[in-house]
Amino acid sequence: MAIRALIIDDSSVMRKIVERSLRQAGIDLSEVFQAGNGAEALGVLKESVVDLILCDINMPVMDGLEFIKQLPGVENAKNVPVVMITTEGSEAHVVQALSCGARGYIRKPFTPEQVKEHVIPVLAGKS
Amino acid sequence: MKSASAMMAASGNHENWIPLIDTAAREVFELMLSSQLTLPTDSQEKPLDVTAMVGLAGQLCGVLSVRCTGKAAAMMASKMLGMDLDKVGPEISDALGEVCNMIAGNFKNKVSGLSEGCMLSPPTVVTGSDYSLHSMSDSPGLEVRLLFEGMPLNISLQIHS
Repeated sequence: MAIRALIIDDSSVMRKIVERSLRQAGIDLSEVFQAGNGAEALGVLKESVVDLILCDINMPVMDGLEFIKQLPGVENAKNVPVVMITTEGSEAHVVQALSCGARGYIRKPFTPEQVKEHVIPVLAGKS
Repeated sequence: MKSASAMMAASGNHENWIPLIDTAAREVFELMLSSQLTLPTDSQEKPLDVTAMVGLAGQLCGVLSVRCTGKAAAMMASKMLGMDLDKVGPEISDALGEVCNMIAGNFKNKVSGLSEGCMLSPPTVVTGSDYSLHSMSDSPGLEVRLLFEGMPLNISLQIHS
């Protein structure tokens, strides 16, 4: 089944890498939305419906943790799974992200295999 | 109370971090660019005219920088994006900044206790080689010299405890 993904990262290069990794992981993407920070992403979600969100943590304007805290207030997206993709690798960051509602956590640098390993179970509702 | 890492940062005993910087860089290039960094066989005098910097603040304060030639930076963008070398343009600075960011993040995740107590700034990229960097560092910087696709890649960590 083709899915609609929203990729949030302040680096446009990283957004392209994440999209390519999803495709290399065999995930069929019907549409890909992009945002440079959490606030932009909330704006995208007011007008678009997505099935999966991949989100960095350290971003200007609104970081990834604040974004997922605000996500339940967005009618279009309150049940959309979020996977964090970030350089922040501490256990404390992982626990904080998961407690805020993230369903997966990928540390940069990463391989397409790692993306597949973390995203497929989330899409299957097993995580 | 300061952690062991913070005390080590304050003591100026950082030489044992050089292999961690080296490993952090090699992992980033292997995983994100499918490229093996190698050791230089002689001292190369090519001007390194692109510099990416990421600030560290918290238990460890300092700047991690990655310096290379413009051609090497373009090659990084090409490999990261799977694009032809002659097609990359505005992505070059962004790509080098992300490489620097990932090396800094990967390095701090390898130092016990530093991962949680040290924040990274967004990367800054400077082009051109005619400049001097004046760091508030209170200890000698750590430097790792490697080759990326045969081109020099210098990674340095200036520490201000």
